[in-house]
Parts: sequence; C-alpha cells; structure tokens
Amino acid sequence: MKYWKGIEELENAPEFMQSAFAEFMPVKESYESKDATSAPRRDFLKLMGFGVAAATLASCETPVRKAIPYLNKPEEIDPSISNFYASTYFTGADYNAVLVKTREGRPIKLEGNPESPITNGGLSARAQAAVLSLYDGGRLQNFAIKAGNGHEKVEQAALDQAVRTKLAATTGRIAIVSPTIISPTTKKAIAEFAARYPNTTHVMYDSQSVTGLLQANNGIVPGYNFSRANIIVSLGADFLGTWISPVEYSRQYAMTRKISRDKRSMSRHYQFETAMSLTGSNADIRVPVKPSEMGAVAVALYNAVTGAGGASAYKNDKLTQAAKDLTANRGASLVVSGSNDPAVQALVAAINQALGNLGTTVDLTAPSNVRQGDDARMAALVNDMNNGSVGAVIFYNANPVYNHPLGQKVKSGIAKVPLTISLNDRLDETGMLCQYAAPDSHWLESWNDYEPKRGFLSLAQPVITPLFSTRQAQESLLRWAGNNTNYYKYLRASWRAITPSDSAWDKVVHDGVATGTALAAAPAMTAAALSPAAAVAQIARASKPAANAVELALYEKVGLGAAGCESNNPFLQELPDPVSKATWGNYVAVPRKMAIDNKWEQGDVIKVTANGYTIELPVLIQPGQTNGTVSIALGYGRTLAGKAGDKVGANAAPLAMATANGLQFSNVVTLEKTDATSPIAQTQTHHTIMDRKPVVQENTLVQYIKNPKEVTEYEKVATPDGLEKPNKVSLWQDYQYNNHHWGMAVDLNSCIGCGSCVIGCQTENNTAVVGKQEVINRREMHWMRIDRYYSSDHHKDEFETVGKVGTYAAMEDPSDNPQVIFQPMMCQQCNHAPCETVCPVLATTHSSEGLNQMTYNRCIGTRYCANNCPYKVRRFNWFSYYSNEKFETVNGHMFTDLGRMVLNPDVTVRARGVMEKCSFCVQRIQLGKLEAKKQKRRPMDGEIVSACAQSCPTEAIVFGDMRDPNSRISQLLRREDGERAFHALESINVQPNVTYLTKIRNAESEFFAKENA
Amino acid sequence: MNSIRLRTLPQLLLALFLTFAGTQQAAAQQADAADVKKTGVVPGATDGATAATATAPAAAGGGGNGGGGADAGAIAAGDALFKNNCAQCHAVNEQVVGPALAGITKRRPVSWLLPWIKNSSKVVASGDEYAVAIFNKYNKQQMPSFALSDQEVNSILAWVTSQEGAPAAVTGGGVTDANKAAVDGQAAGGAEAGAGKYVDILLIVLVVVLIVLVVTLVIIGNLMKDVLRGRKDLDGRDVEILEQRFDWSKMYRSPVLRGIVGAVFAIVLLYAGVQSVMAVGLAQGYQPTQPIAFSHKLHAGEHQINCAYCHTSVYKSKSANIPSANICMNCHSQIKTESPEIKKIYRAIERKQPIQWVRIHNLPDLAYFNHSQHTQVAGLQCQTCHGPIQNMEVVYQYSALTMGWCINCHREMPVNAKDNKYYDNLVKLHNTKNAGAPFTVSSNGGTECSKCHY
Repeated sequence: MKYWKGIEELENAPEFMQSAFAEFMPVKESYESKDATSAPRRDFLKLMGFGVAAATLASCETPVRKAIPYLNKPEEIDPSISNFYASTYFTGADYNAVLVKTREGRPIKLEGNPESPITNGGLSARAQAAVLSLYDGGRLQNFAIKAGNGHEKVEQAALDQAVRTKLAATTGRIAIVSPTIISPTTKKAIAEFAARYPNTTHVMYDSQSVTGLLQANNGIVPGYNFSRANIIVSLGADFLGTWISPVEYSRQYAMTRKISRDKRSMSRHYQFETAMSLTGSNADIRVPVKPSEMGAVAVALYNAVTGAGGASAYKNDKLTQAAKDLTANRGASLVVSGSNDPAVQALVAAINQALGNLGTTVDLTAPSNVRQGDDARMAALVNDMNNGSVGAVIFYNANPVYNHPLGQKVKSGIAKVPLTISLNDRLDETGMLCQYAAPDSHWLESWNDYEPKRGFLSLAQPVITPLFSTRQAQESLLRWAGNNTNYYKYLRASWRAITPSDSAWDKVVHDGVATGTALAAAPAMTAAALSPAAAVAQIARASKPAANAVELALYEKVGLGAAGCESNNPFLQELPDPVSKATWGNYVAVPRKMAIDNKWEQGDVIKVTANGYTIELPVLIQPGQTNGTVSIALGYGRTLAGKAGDKVGANAAPLAMATANGLQFSNVVTLEKTDATSPIAQTQTHHTIMDRKPVVQENTLVQYIKNPKEVTEYEKVATPDGLEKPNKVSLWQDYQYNNHHWGMAVDLNSCIGCGSCVIGCQTENNTAVVGKQEVINRREMHWMRIDRYYSSDHHKDEFETVGKVGTYAAMEDPSDNPQVIFQPMMCQQCNHAPCETVCPVLATTHSSEGLNQMTYNRCIGTRYCANNCPYKVRRFNWFSYYSNEKFETVNGHMFTDLGRMVLNPDVTVRARGVMEKCSFCVQRIQLGKLEAKKQKRRPMDGEIVSACAQSCPTEAIVFGDMRDPNSRISQLLRREDGERAFHALESINVQPNVTYLTKIRNAESEFFAKENA
Repeated sequence: MNSIRLRTLPQLLLALFLTFAGTQQAAAQQADAADVKKTGVVPGATDGATAATATAPAAAGGGGNGGGGADAGAIAAGDALFKNNCAQCHAVNEQVVGPALAGITKRRPVSWLLPWIKNSSKVVASGDEYAVAIFNKYNKQQMPSFALSDQEVNSILAWVTSQEGAPAAVTGGGVTDANKAAVDGQAAGGAEAGAGKYVDILLIVLVVVLIVLVVTLVIIGNLMKDVLRGRKDLDGRDVEILEQRFDWSKMYRSPVLRGIVGAVFAIVLLYAGVQSVMAVGLAQGYQPTQPIAFSHKLHAGEHQINCAYCHTSVYKSKSANIPSANICMNCHSQIKTESPEIKKIYRAIERKQPIQWVRIHNLPDLAYFNHSQHTQVAGLQCQTCHGPIQNMEVVYQYSALTMGWCINCHREMPVNAKDNKYYDNLVKLHNTKNAGAPFTVSSNGGTECSKCHY
C-alpha cells in the first residue's frame, strides 16, 4: 500500500521532489530581504554603531518595574493560581460545556466540562479558539448611532431613550432576527419584549440550515445516539465535523470505534457525500455522490430497507451492502442525512422508523434544540422587509447580509425598514447598515442559560467584567420593554422553578450543568412533514440538472463555521482544514478528473457563477471529490469582520439555492478560468516524512478478529544474530527513569482528525499565528499537526506483474475516492533523540523524566536539530511574531495589552531566532508534580494531562506516567504491546515516548481483497 | 655582612609592601566569597515563618506554668490561630500594641474573655469596668472583632498559657532572640562578614608590627653608619660602600620590576573588567525608594508579624503576593492612623488607585520560579534568599538571583523528603545506588533545563 499526502507527491512532480526532503524551503521573497541585501555598508556601520551604543546603554540601566497589588484583593484570586469556572459556549452552531481557566481574573483557556452529559469534557476546535474572540479588538466598544456613513459613540441611556421612543411609535411588524437561541431565559426576555410591543415576532435562521430535518420530524431535531449503532449510514451529514452537535456525536461515534483484544467489534460507517468531509474521511466505506443524486440515494436506501417506494435511479453495490447491514442490525443502526431537502429527510426518518431505531439510536423524546431555524419564516421576513410592512428590525447576533443566501435582499430590505437596531458584537455587514448599535457583551462576560437538549440545562457565568462599554443583549431588550432588572436577577428569578434554594443554584453555577426543562416548545414549522410516499414522489418530480452540468456543494469548515461569527479569529483561520489542509481562505475543491479535463492547476483562479452571482477563487484538487461536482466552503469573504478576518476568501453563501422547499446548499454552477493564480496556503505536503517503512499502520477488522497480533507490522533489523527488534541494537546507552517517565499513546482508530488538539495546544502554549504567506513559505508554528494520508491499494511493486502503464493507471484510480488516515504528529520525545546529539550549544537536552527539553534562552538558532529530526516537528521562529508589524493583522493579539491577556503566563513567548517544539506541556507536568508534593503524595493518574489529550473529544490521546504501573497509559501499552502499539519510524530506533495504535477498518473483506491476496 | 644587610634594606621594604598589598587583596576577596556563601543557608533563622506547618513548639509545658491540662492538639491549633489573628498586636510576655497576655486566664475568667475576644467594643459599650479601664489604658485603641468559635478561643488561651514565661520572642512570627544576634552579625551592608572582621584586625596588627620593624631597622642602620663613620680604620672600598646612596632610578629602569608591575596591573585591570562585565544586569543590593516608607524591620522584626500574614500566597502559589491595601487596613484602620505614610494608604483606597511599589526582585521572563515549591515543599526560610529581611528598613535585593546562584543551591541542597510520600521511593532508590551521598535537588533532576525554562 502506498500513502501519499497530496497530488504532487503521488505524481512525483519535479517541484515537489525538489522540496520534499528539505526542512526549510528556500524563500524567494522574504520580509526585510530588501534591506538586508541592498543596504549600503555605511548604513550598516551606522546601524551597528548605534546598536552597540544602544545595547550598552540598555544594559547599564535596568528599567524600573512596578509591582502593583490589588487595592482590595478578591478572596478567591491568588496571583499565579488558576481558577476554573463552569460556563457554556454556544454561538448558534455547536454546544460545548466548558470550564474557563482564568488567571488573575482574565480568561486564558477553555477546557471541556467533564460534568456535562452531552459533551463529556470534549471541546471542539471552534470552542477552543473562542477565548481569543473575547479579546478581539474588532468588537464594537460602545453603543453607537448611525451618522452619515459611519457610527457615532452614544451613551447607553441616550440610545435607550431614542430606541424606546421609536419603538413606541412603530407601526407595522417588529422583527427580532437571530440564529437559533437555546436559552430559556433569553426567550423569556424576548417574550417580554414581544408582550410590550405586541407586533413583535422572533425569527430564527441557521446559517447551515436543517429546516428539512426539522420539518420531517415535526419541528424537532431528534436526539441521536451513535454509541448504540452498529451500522451508521450518513447521507452527506458531516456529523463528526459540523453537523448539529459534533462534539457529542464524535464521542459517541468513538465509543463504537474503540477496539481491544477484549472487544473485537466496532461499528461500520457508510458515507454517501459530495465533498470529502471530515466524517467521510473517517468512513469505512465512502461513496461519492452528486448533490442532485442524494434524493435518489435516499429512495434507493428506503427501497432496499423497506421494500416499498418503487424503483430508484441510483444503483450501487455499496448501497446494497449498506441496506443489507442495516436490516441485519435493526434497532442498532442509524441513518442520518445532512440534506436540507424535506423529502430526503422524510425518507431518512422513515428508514430509521422501519429499522426500529426509534428509542435506541434515535430519541424523539430528548430532541436537540441547537437548530430551530425555519427557512420559510426568514424568507417571508425578507420579503416583508422589502415590501415595507416591517416597522422595526432587531438583529441579535445575526448577520444575514453576510451569511444568508438572500443577503442582498436583506440589505435592500434594511434600507426600507424605518427602525433598525443591531445587537451584534461589532459593526459587521449587517450592523453597519443599522441605525442603532447596542453591542452585546461577549458570552464570557455574560450570564445566560442554555437547554441544548430537552432535559439538559447548562449555565454561563461571567468570568470577567465587560472589557468594553457593552451590555448584554437580553438586558437591552428588557430595558426597551420597560423592565430595568439586571439580567442576572432576571435569570435567577426564572430559575426559581428549577432551583428554588440558593444552595441548589450555587451548585448549578459551580457545575455549569443541570437536568430539567425550561425551554418552551419551538413554534411549529411552516410546512408539515411529508409522508414517505409523497417524499418519493417529490424526489421523482424534482428537476435533474443535465448530466454534464457542474454541481456545487456548499459546506461548512470544521474550524471557522458557516455563520462567519468567528472569522476574525486567527487561530481558526490558520487551523488547517482536516482534509485539504488548507488555511486562510476558501477555494474551489475540484475532482482530479475535472482539473485534468480543463487543464486547471492547483491555485488557478476560476470564476464560479450561480444565481447571477460570481465569485473568484483558486482551484484545489481534492481527491474524493465527486466527479462532475465542485465544493466551496461557507464562512469566508467577510468585509467587516476585523483585521484578521477581512478579505480572506470569498463569500459563497449567495450561491446557495432558495427553492420552495427551503434553502439548498447546492446548486448548478458555471465555471470559467481566469488568467490569475492565487496560491493556496496548505500545510499538506510541508512536512513529508521520509519514504521509509510505513509511518502509519492500518489493517482490517477481519484480520484483527482473526489474530490481533498480526495487524501491525513490526520492523526488524539485521544483526549478526539474525533479525532483531531495532532497539536491541543501539549506539546509545538507555536512560534510567526513577521518578516519572512521561508518555503518550494515540489511538489512530478513534482519532477523527477534528483539530481540537491543535487549537488546544496553540492556546496553551502561546504559539504564534503566522499568516497566509508564511504558511505558504512552510513556516507555520503549530506545535502539533494532524497528518492526513490518502491511501491507495497499488504500488510500484506491481510494475512487473501489471506493467508500468497498468500500475500507474491503477494507482491513479483510488485517488478518486481514497481512504484517509489521520495521524496527530507532535514531538515524539525520543529517548535516543537525534536532535539532542547535534545541538552545538546543548539547548535541547534529555530530562530525567523522558522529556526532550527545549531551552529557548540557550538556543542560538543553528536549526541543526530541525534538520536532524525524522518527524519534522520542530519549528523555527523566523520573526518576532509579537512585534514585527508584518504580523500585526494575523497575530495581533500579541501586539496589544488587550490581546496579550489571552497568553498563558506560564509559557514563554519565544523570541526570533530560536527553535521551539512540543514540550509535552511541561508546565502542566511541573504544576501537577508540585501539587502532589505539597500534599505529600504521588501524582494521581489523570491529574497531569497535556492540553491535546485534554481537549480530545474522542479520548484518542492518552497521556500519563509510564513509570506508574497502574496508570491508564501503562495499562494500555501493556495490553497493546505486540498487537496495535507501534512507533512511527521504528526502524531508525530513536525510541519515541509517543506510541501509536494501528487503525482498524471495518470494511467487508471484498473491498480489501487485493490487500489480503 | 653589614654591607649585605644595608643593600637589601630598600628591597626588603618593597617586598614587605607587596606582601601587604597582596594580603589585603586576598582578604577582600575572601570577604566577598564569605558574603556569597552566606546566601546558602542560615540555619533556623526564623522559626515562626512557617504558618502553614506550624506545630506545637518545644517550649510547650516547659514554661513553668504548664499546659494546664490542655492537650497538645489544642495548643498546636492555638499556635496557628494566635499567629494568624493575634500576633500582629499581642505577645505573650511583653506588651506590643496590646497588653502582654501572660496570666490572662488568671486576670480574667474565661467567661469574660470569650465575649471580649469576639467583640470587644460590645463589652466596652456595655460599661464593663475592667473593659473600659483597659480600653482607656491603651489609648482607646479598639481590638477588632474576631469570628472565632469558643473552642478556637480556648485553644488560643491554652497556647498562651503554655507560653507563659518562655523567652519573649518564641511567641512571635519573625525572629527569635536566639538567632537574632547571628542574623545581626550579617548586618545590612553585606560586605562585612564575621570572618572578614578578624582578618582586618590581624592585618592592622601586622602592619603596625611591620612599621615598627622598619623604623627600628632604619634607626639601627643609621646608628651603625654613624659608628662606622667614626672609625678611622676603614679602607677606600668600605668607605665607598658606606657612602653609597641607593639609586632609585635604577629600580625604575629595572626591566624585571617593570615587567612584574606591568603584569600585576594588567591582571588587576582584567579582573576588574571581568567582574564589572559579569555584573551587567545584576541588581544585587538594589534598594529603590518605595512610594511608602514601609519598614520590614518594624513589622517583621520588632512586631514579629508572620511573613505569610501579608504575603498571603507565599505557601501556595508561584508569587508570594504583595499585600493589597485591605490587608494593611486590618491593623491600620486602628493603629497609627495619623502617620503621614499610613495616610498614603488611605488616599490610595479613597482614590481607588493601587499603590505602585517598585519591584525589587526581577527574574527574567524566561525563568520560572515558584515560591510554594521552596517554602511549602522544601521548607526553606524566607531569609535564605531574601536575607535579613527583618532588619531591613528598606528592602534591597540580597541575593544575586543569577542562574549560577540558583544552580549552586540546587546542587548542594538536600531534598526535604521527610514525611513526603512523593519522595519515598526516590530516596530509597537513591540510597541503594549512592549510599552516603545526600539526595540533593540536582540528583532528583533539579538542575535540568525544563525545570525552570519553558
């Protein structure tokens, strides 16, 4: 089997081969190169003379530093001790119960709340990065009134007065537009507002709408339980990445994927989808389908499962297989669909019902509340705004001008509404058009409650006083309704029913979660559910695009999301897409065949036109993209997001189709090549692991069941005594670890590649954001990356049997729909570390606890270590990312006092010219040890965890002390030794402290026939 | 024979001078070295500084009056409570701010003491004669109220009783009398060490002896010359020698001497140069003027207030915590309210502007230092690094705070592994391998880079 990381590598493109094995790419244009090469000698001497004088002066006079204590120290705050507060992250997409880590009263990191029965301590990448948004300088810092083309600062009371007067005088409809709101008390506040102004309606819309699903299930999103499903079939639902509640589903999914010699069974996952999504890349069996075929797929599956519904145009043996598996696992299977077509969703609901999944994997009694948007209502409002029947509109954290497919009509509508108010946190595309801006406080500055799932409540508490003169939106609405209560009191009062006693309330505030129901039922959907027969008929009626038409699928990025509310968060902009590994901007993902047919190359800019709207984006060749389709991510192309988020990519929302059945995030598009090129900042092939024996290993469930000891290939080296394990032959003496021996195990079977660990690592370790050009220059600073390998069944070894031409032809085939494997890669903390032996100044040394230490203040930047690292995990600081003005837009948080508040004070911000790398979160190790010493005991297992292991929603990463025989990692390694445990590049005998567990795929043996033969 | 002696006299003088200069230099260096060594350990400098680990002092029951039947546990609890609540104003055997507490249970019944300690102003207001008298006696200085339980008050009283008659300083939180002198010896200037003083005296004596010797020799020489001149039997050569004058210019021209002097000069210059370069960025002895003339000598030295009373997090966190103004107010809402320095605190509180102290101990950002590791786990005294803080009117940086200074201590200091289960196995492992060698911080990995740099 051959693995490759990208098309260039598969094709052995000459440019790729040239740079594949170079750690540092020669950079043609680098910052400051002009000065350095052309500065005349005299200037140099002048500068040097001045520099020496300045340095001498600076060293003589130590600056006077102040130590400023509190005036009145809060009892619970001790400087340098972290406090954790339970809170909730929900911005209209996915729900996460979080613990907020604060230092000296400022939030510095978010961690999963293990008390939550929904997210169980997991946290999505988006939520991990959200702490940075608090310190976003792009937020609107005061109330404002439109004046000319801009807004003018105004006192809160003056704005309240003006708004109240205008609202009272408003005739016609008043609309509050928001994304899905799952807060019972917020809804109560809105209801109170509506009671004061009786013409008020509350319209919710989701930027990634699931109206079809809601409609098919009578207005609810069923609660799904993937953990009880043996067979999972997804029709385009990216449930591990973006669909409804990915953290919850990832965890459930991973439970069915964990495997050991005692539990030799796992779920089988079929995915039918257009773009290669995170979920699709984890599927055992993935089938590319066009968006227009999805209805036919649903019909075919419905037919195969129930025997009813008539013939379908879609035939595929993998679908037949899926249906066979589903019927064999009645009550223990699950079909989900990401389509927004009510007909498809009606059929999916019918299939689940027919399979007896209601009550097991599909729970209608505990539905999810996180999607309530009704496309029809929003469309009606947009029409009303345009025909002048709306008297006032309030945008509550909603930016429909940007993120709704009818954005242009919303824009024209706003101009016709007499009173427009924005509660958005910044003057964004919508807020800029509104007359009044009463910015909402950040959720970390606010009280609120949430009910993400019926029966499960969650609280948010402020962890910092509002940084700017903002006010909670709920309080604004209440004030305008004539109620001057502060929102905390209002919230507490509305919780009297759930927690009458103050002690019970305190417990909920402490835990962050509670059980109980407070949310009123959502209003009924505009349209009723379809019967399966009607759905089949509707799908049959639907007009099919021409066979040669190019279909577009719009999708949401795992990091950034579709709504664009996190666009100004550079952490998320630089988080590589799990599959394409692209950062900073969206692109047109095209299948390889289309690129070859049209002679497009990666980075060529093409025009994409639909609905009379055209955007220009570069081409990215995406293996697995369905032939005849392209896909584009939503959430880019902001114009008023802030420094980091503006003008990154293009807005694809207007390309979506608005039909009678609601919004469809697909369309038929025309493509046209332009002469321009625009490079895509991919981290994809940047860190190529040398072409030795496999770095990643995988095998089949069939093989695993047969004999777990044969699924992993262990390399042997030749010695005079015959073949031996590589560690039997060594130049170096082994280390003795008396105290601790830190180690990590990564289960490739449960790693889904979501990137939560990457952001967790970045926030924990103050890693710099470098921006698009530097990523292109291969200088991204992430301490950990998730390597994504595509695999193919063919190899050059087949030259002799099949012939060169035949082999190449066969090798090309799988790239249409390759299998994907993810491998988190961070410093392997080698026991025989190659980096240590080449450092001329001993800046990287080995510790008595097995850590490969990196000492920044000793490093002189020779970069020998990075060149000698077989895993390519060392990062060099080419610039002062915290002070070089070139990085101010992307790494701005390190430039201002406001942004620097997010930095972890326990980790140094690295200076220019030094090497850095994963430290195994040594600051956490040191803290954990100290706490144990203070309490005169050994550290407990699980007390010391690295940031990546902690944030992993699927618990794929296990961190612990390998010297402690009872620790989870010791037990895991004992169990998996000789079975699934392996080291990357074992044969070079660097003896890493990071162990990987072989990935096991549950595909029928016929799909792997070639492999086993 | 005489001629030989006469000729060597000037050379002898020179030699003496050089020897003297060399000894001085060596002595000065020695004094410096002694100074640096002092920063290592001051054994038992302050007993009271460990509030969190306070145990019953050895003096319990030994003070003559006995524990009065109170059990050791109550006394121990009382010790901690006393230090945290009472020691700022009271001592057992001497009057501090409030009266000495020795014999308190004999003076007043416990039934009177309980309400008094909990809320003295209420007792005064009730018109209790004794209470009013004592209130007036102590300048109408009110004792703050304490939310203590009866049991807690009883254990404080038990502890006070146990301390009666014991040396005054044992009750305190600052410094004991016993080691006060020892610490005083290392007075604030720093350069003068105990050992250095003796060397100086010895040198002065030596110099005096030498001067006497030289003068004697010159007198003897002149006398002998006069005697010889009086003799007529001297031949021409002898006269020549007798009348010979020492030619200083010869010495000036001597290449050997020039070489020696030149070399010495170069070495001294080099040494001074290296020393001054090494001192760049060092702030040892840094003693800035603070916005408020707070005296550690008064608070920690004379009143023996526990360090942790103000530096609240020194036993639990990385930073020791500079006290917030409300901690000052615990006492200064009552005490010395008219002082212009205290008024600065009031002003800060009124204006809601925190006091901007000048930071004295500045570690570079790349070094991680945690107070609690050293105080709570290692059990070190504050003075080990901060010097005789209880004698400082104005605080200065006592230690060098260089990496070499840290590392040296980590190399020499044995780990405080006693009763700490974290170290149990490590000590065993260490002892089986290196019997006899102490289990130092560095033998537990305490000098590895990422213990302090990350």
